[in-house]
Amino acid sequence: MNKILKIIDMANNVKEYVVEAQDIAKHCLPGQFIILRVNEEGERVPFTICDYDREQGTLTLLIQEVGYSTHKMFELKEGDSVHDIVGPLGNPTDLDEYENVMLVGGGIGCAVIYPQAKLRKAKGLKSEAILGARTKDLLFAEEGFIENCENVYIATDDGSKGTKGFVTTVLQNLLDEGKKIDCVLVVGPMIMMKNVCEVTRPYGIKTIVSMNTIMVDGTGMCGGCRLSVGGQTKYACVDGPEFDGHLVNFDEAMARSKFFKEHEDKCRLRG
Amino acid sequence: MEIVERHKVKAQDPEVRSHNFDEVSLGFDDETALLEAQRCINCKNPQCVQGCPVNINIPGFIAKLKEKDKDGALSIINESSLLPAICGRVCPQERQCEERCIRKLKLGGSVAIGALERYVGDYGLTKGTKDIVKPQKNGKRVAVVGSGPSGLACAADCAKAGFDVTIFEAFHKAGGVLTYGIPEFRLPKDKVVKKEIEKLNALGVTFKLNTIVGKTITFDELEEEFDAIFIGSGAGLPMFMNIPGENLNGVSSANEFLTRSNLMGAYKEDAITPIYCGKKVAVIGAGNVAMDAARTAKRIGGGEVYIIYRRSREEMPARAEEIEHAEEEGIKLVLLTNPVEMLGDKQVTALKCVKMALGEPDASGRRRPEPIEGSEFEIEVDQVIVALGTSPNPIIRNSVGNMFEFSKKGTIVVNEETNMTTHEGIYAGGDAVTGAATVILAMGAGRKAAKAIIEKLSK
Repeated sequence: MNKILKIIDMANNVKEYVVEAQDIAKHCLPGQFIILRVNEEGERVPFTICDYDREQGTLTLLIQEVGYSTHKMFELKEGDSVHDIVGPLGNPTDLDEYENVMLVGGGIGCAVIYPQAKLRKAKGLKSEAILGARTKDLLFAEEGFIENCENVYIATDDGSKGTKGFVTTVLQNLLDEGKKIDCVLVVGPMIMMKNVCEVTRPYGIKTIVSMNTIMVDGTGMCGGCRLSVGGQTKYACVDGPEFDGHLVNFDEAMARSKFFKEHEDKCRLRG
Repeated sequence: MEIVERHKVKAQDPEVRSHNFDEVSLGFDDETALLEAQRCINCKNPQCVQGCPVNINIPGFIAKLKEKDKDGALSIINESSLLPAICGRVCPQERQCEERCIRKLKLGGSVAIGALERYVGDYGLTKGTKDIVKPQKNGKRVAVVGSGPSGLACAADCAKAGFDVTIFEAFHKAGGVLTYGIPEFRLPKDKVVKKEIEKLNALGVTFKLNTIVGKTITFDELEEEFDAIFIGSGAGLPMFMNIPGENLNGVSSANEFLTRSNLMGAYKEDAITPIYCGKKVAVIGAGNVAMDAARTAKRIGGGEVYIIYRRSREEMPARAEEIEHAEEEGIKLVLLTNPVEMLGDKQVTALKCVKMALGEPDASGRRRPEPIEGSEFEIEVDQVIVALGTSPNPIIRNSVGNMFEFSKKGTIVVNEETNMTTHEGIYAGGDAVTGAATVILAMGAGRKAAKAIIEKLSK
């Protein structure tokens, strides 16, 4: 059992959870994820580790209500416990070799990518960020980015803050202005990651994406998370979750990620 | 000598059982077990013992059964095997003990050693944990990585010898392949697997679930805390065919399909974890895992299920009983057939196959299947399950650095006598060492390592 110490309402449908997980907090690094089961009968659901506190032995998770399991999670209160958490899974991000790094986050992906900004700053490395959301209320961790990045650019679909449009609009404008970027790390919906890859491809800029695929065990055993990278089959859980975005077959990955939608809906009817 | 026919083990009716997940084989009742035991002629040179990977004194335990001494039979089996209720159900007896039985060819068929072992094992389970006494602790600690057959066996022997044992399990339930891999209808979880695990609890073994050694805790940390480590992490990564269309929706590994059904309970109506079952299912491969996947698909989806195998029936690696049971349940064997492509747009809709013919024997001694030119044909399917085996899990390898050696295949290298790795104090056994093999071999390896650990730490 892992106790929930703190819940913060971030926006409609999005909550931040601080949970106890001593062993995981001791060993995890940015870019890794955990698998959580809300209750005894619960499904194994992967979540990226948004932040961690080694001394307190806690993890921060940002959870968006999208289906049965996250709905059950939303019913819990501070002081309640989730049934179990396993991790840290996957490989940590390593951007140290790049000087001019652009962190690109979409929606909840902003919070997921935030520890990178913090870590780079702590290591004395610079980074910049482009944050995107449907509307300004869905921008996450903005202050944190401002504190840790050289420049922070905002894009909202409705123009309620920053540039009206997508993160790709901002990125394209920056590249047109001759901005020097060695590496882009992008986390968000698959379609957004795909589009960012298409912007950077002609410039040959290394673009790393974090693939949030369907998964059961998270230890390489089931193969449910497989995707095609450069024509080869890779497992997001043990080979990733981060891959060279220019090599990822996004169309296949998007089709695969939608596969259980109808089953999930059936589950929700009972919930 | 009199020809007495081997007694058949009762099974649920195929029509009924192909709609439920209750155990298929019902085992022997007392009367049949006694009659079958009496078929053993206690021959002078019992080959069955040689055929058993852990050399159970088979005529010995059967002799006790003839005297209706079930406790005596159990203690004889326990000298060599700790998991008779499990091995009696899942061992490929027809290729081990029963293959060499003197009765096999001319005297009514081999003695049903597996069914008798199960009979004794089930009796053992009815005794529960009441006779188990917690051993006096000797102050030394053993860490066991993985709670499958090898880990359970190693932990049991070490705990009995007085060691303080902790088992680390990556999943949220203990049992390894016994829990996530083998379905309920072949190995009941509450009736059998859970009881074996309760025995370890009674011996004072600690289980740390949801703990991945190499991730949640490092080997260095384990070494600091424990006097010896045993790795029984199993075989990990599922193998695919590397043919076009394999990542289409509706295509999965048998590992994924069975883990959803067995570990996550997705076969139950009210399960939360989803599972996809088509109406025309092709299972590729012909081992036990393929049979398990096919029979699970039949039970959940109720449609047509095919086993696609590139060799002939004779070479099918599954236990004879599983093949027989699968066919009785209406699963169709499509032999001498090899898939070359999975077709469909997003969702798999057909399997393109080629017919095969058997040529000269290959390195494995089996006749090599060769494609027949121009024999391509398509099978309409809406689900494909790939059951072609597994390769070792990379997590241990990626996390230990140069601590101990691995083979080119990725399996852990051990000393054959002691099962110790090339690192002092770290032992390994089971599929992590051999690649995918059997429950009994894994159990045997766990016990061998336990013996070496006990000898070394008792000095």
